[in-house]
Amino acid sequence: MIPFHTRLLGAAIALALVAGVPALAQPLELKVMAPAAPGGGWDQTARAMQQALVAAGVARSVQVTNVAGAGGSVGIAQFVNGAKGDGNQLMVNGFVMVGALAMNKSPVTLDQVTPIARLTEEIQVIVVPANSPIKTAQDLAAALKADIAKVTFAGGSAGGVDHIMAALFAGTIGADPKKINYIPFSGGGESLAAILGGKVTAGISGLSEYDGQIKSGKLRALGVTAEKRIAGVDIPTFKEQGIDLVLANWRSVMAPPGITAEQKKTLSDAVEKMVKSDAWKGILKQKGWDDAWLGGDAFADFLKKETARVTDVLKSVGLIKS
Amino acid sequence: MDAFFALANGMAVAIQPMNLLYALIGVLLGTAVGVLPGIGPALTVALLLPVTYKLDPGGSLIMFAGIYYGGMYGGSTTAILINTPGESASMATALEGNKMAKAGRGGPALATSAIGSFVAGTIATLGLAFLAPWLVDFAVRFGPEDYFALMCVAFVTVSATFGTSPIRGLTSLFVGLTLGLVGIDKLTGQARLAFGIPELLDGVEVTTLAVGLFAVGEALYVVSRRHHSEEKLEPVRGSLWMTREDWQRSWKPWLRGTAFGFPIGALPAGGAEIPTFLSYSTEKRLTKHPEEFGKGAIEGVAGPEAANNASAAGTLVPLLTLGLPTSATAAMMLAGFQQYGLNPGPLLFAERPELVWGLIASLFIANAMLLVLNLPLVGLWVKLLAIPQPWLYAGILVFATTGTIAAKPSVVELSMLAGFGVMGFLMRRFDFPIAPVVIGLILGPIAESQLRRAMSISLGDPMALLQSPVSATLLGIALIALVARFVMRGLGRFRANED
Repeated sequence: MIPFHTRLLGAAIALALVAGVPALAQPLELKVMAPAAPGGGWDQTARAMQQALVAAGVARSVQVTNVAGAGGSVGIAQFVNGAKGDGNQLMVNGFVMVGALAMNKSPVTLDQVTPIARLTEEIQVIVVPANSPIKTAQDLAAALKADIAKVTFAGGSAGGVDHIMAALFAGTIGADPKKINYIPFSGGGESLAAILGGKVTAGISGLSEYDGQIKSGKLRALGVTAEKRIAGVDIPTFKEQGIDLVLANWRSVMAPPGITAEQKKTLSDAVEKMVKSDAWKGILKQKGWDDAWLGGDAFADFLKKETARVTDVLKSVGLIKS
Repeated sequence: MDAFFALANGMAVAIQPMNLLYALIGVLLGTAVGVLPGIGPALTVALLLPVTYKLDPGGSLIMFAGIYYGGMYGGSTTAILINTPGESASMATALEGNKMAKAGRGGPALATSAIGSFVAGTIATLGLAFLAPWLVDFAVRFGPEDYFALMCVAFVTVSATFGTSPIRGLTSLFVGLTLGLVGIDKLTGQARLAFGIPELLDGVEVTTLAVGLFAVGEALYVVSRRHHSEEKLEPVRGSLWMTREDWQRSWKPWLRGTAFGFPIGALPAGGAEIPTFLSYSTEKRLTKHPEEFGKGAIEGVAGPEAANNASAAGTLVPLLTLGLPTSATAAMMLAGFQQYGLNPGPLLFAERPELVWGLIASLFIANAMLLVLNLPLVGLWVKLLAIPQPWLYAGILVFATTGTIAAKPSVVELSMLAGFGVMGFLMRRFDFPIAPVVIGLILGPIAESQLRRAMSISLGDPMALLQSPVSATLLGIALIALVARFVMRGLGRFRANED
């Protein structure tokens, strides 16, 4: 063991001398998979990691690959089969993948990957057009109780975080989630147009997506899904309004199955170091993402709970036949 | 008048040497990626985002706009020369453009497409500068029922691409509609016709289908015919440039194409494919040379190309005024704005006018650059056609395959490309038109999900389709277009009987 360590130390010192990085940094060469097409949230997260891991001196090089398809089902299948036991690979994923895997009856599940850490989260918001008679979350709840089918929600893809949130909202206020009239749109742009045009009652999305319209007064925000008031955001939480709806669209990073405890520690340490770097903080600020770092077993527990919650909701709206 | 001053100020920003350089880099990159099938402007902007992080916002946004416009130009070059549409918006161009190229008129085809793109891009950018606030208001009020009605108009009019026999055309269309069903149903999240293959859950990629049917199918067909009669391609027959007649036949389609492209591009779910096909079928109907359609009519290139570029400018209307991205590239540009902490929308015009108007002004410059770049290249491009056929088609196959793999690295995608290639070959062999398949794949899913959204909103009341004035008008147009054809035919027969 000693010669090995000496060699490693020697290499680290040599590297530190050459590249000027701290002697503790290991020259990791990582591959990060974004199981989505370029441009989306997962892709942006993967590319942000690439930037921050290198800038923070955690990794010597980071390569981002995109494997798009079916809410990440294609990507995770390739990751589990192709990267097994490889301690230099990571995959970005998030809330949406939990539902997508269940709905697509994916043979690969999140139990098969090694959870590393949750990285970011985005708070969700419900909005109505500025001229809507609905002023508060309670007004919306009353409308839902009066005639649930007449309240139309616009949001992202069926079974995605927006859809789940509509079902949770209905369930929380005592309406039947199975009867919600949720209309999926393919992108934030298209659903925004439907809301601004007054075609639907309310819209659901991540807060940042509608932020500009809320500030310019074209949309009225009824509430956000945060636990507590967010600093600098003048929108009440649902909890404040007596509706117990707390939800966040989180993004996380996973390692392949079958890696050793040592490999897992290396990757976890690398990600933790990245999360605490100024480069990462700068990116979060610039993208408007909230830091939601949660590592180790706490994240594994969180993942289990979210999986159970999402599966329940999807069953309740009939998207998963049990 | 405010807009004029603002635009003049924007011009001052855009002609700064650094910004000119960014625009040049943008259009060059855009042209390059537009040429490759599969690699579109959206992917390029995505890859460049981290690189441009440290540049100043104005410069990098100008570069992104250059990439966007450049991509539109590049896609049509391959569509015309080798029947491989670089992106789905260039498909209508391939229909007549490639026939022209085979008849030795590749030069004029490329020229009318470049000049038409320039004309349309310029007019549409003017529209963006002066009509944006008004147009966006209209676009936002366009609801699901209106989209469905627009699709009905499109379905009726695209029958112009059906070739000789309506039955064969309809058969092709239904093949396309069936392919459009593959994948996760947007409204219920359930998989259809995916046969448990995860790659199929996202549906059939339009470019894979188009490249398979057009390029691979054609290569196979040419090989199969080699022993029958060797078709000699003449790279240039007649003038390399547009003749006086070409100009006369092109300018009206340019303007009509712009009129289709800009407003439909501004619609949140409008896209570039629908206006190009609407323009194609309009030109086919209005032309004085109907006998040339299907053999290389210049109107069929001029119109769709103009529509294609005008729709690109249209997409920027909701992006800049509302922060509403309506195409993949626009979504990436939105990410580009956000990278600098800028949120496009009504506030951006007030807060950062130099940026918005600088961007709009640089669109004019990018357009002019593309024209200057592309026209001299026409002579070079048509030389491609002088390559001996076996080499040329082998090259096309390599090109089509690598493009598809670059866009989606998967065995399933490649098998689909090969499968569609064989299908394209069989359809050519048995004389079924190819374009309706692609049209079915594009329009079918839109029509379906918009109709179901409309029904969901109206709680299942079909009268909703007639209650919206826009939708009622469009459905009326579709009905008239449908009935008129039979009436005209009936009248024709009636007259024939009288004689």
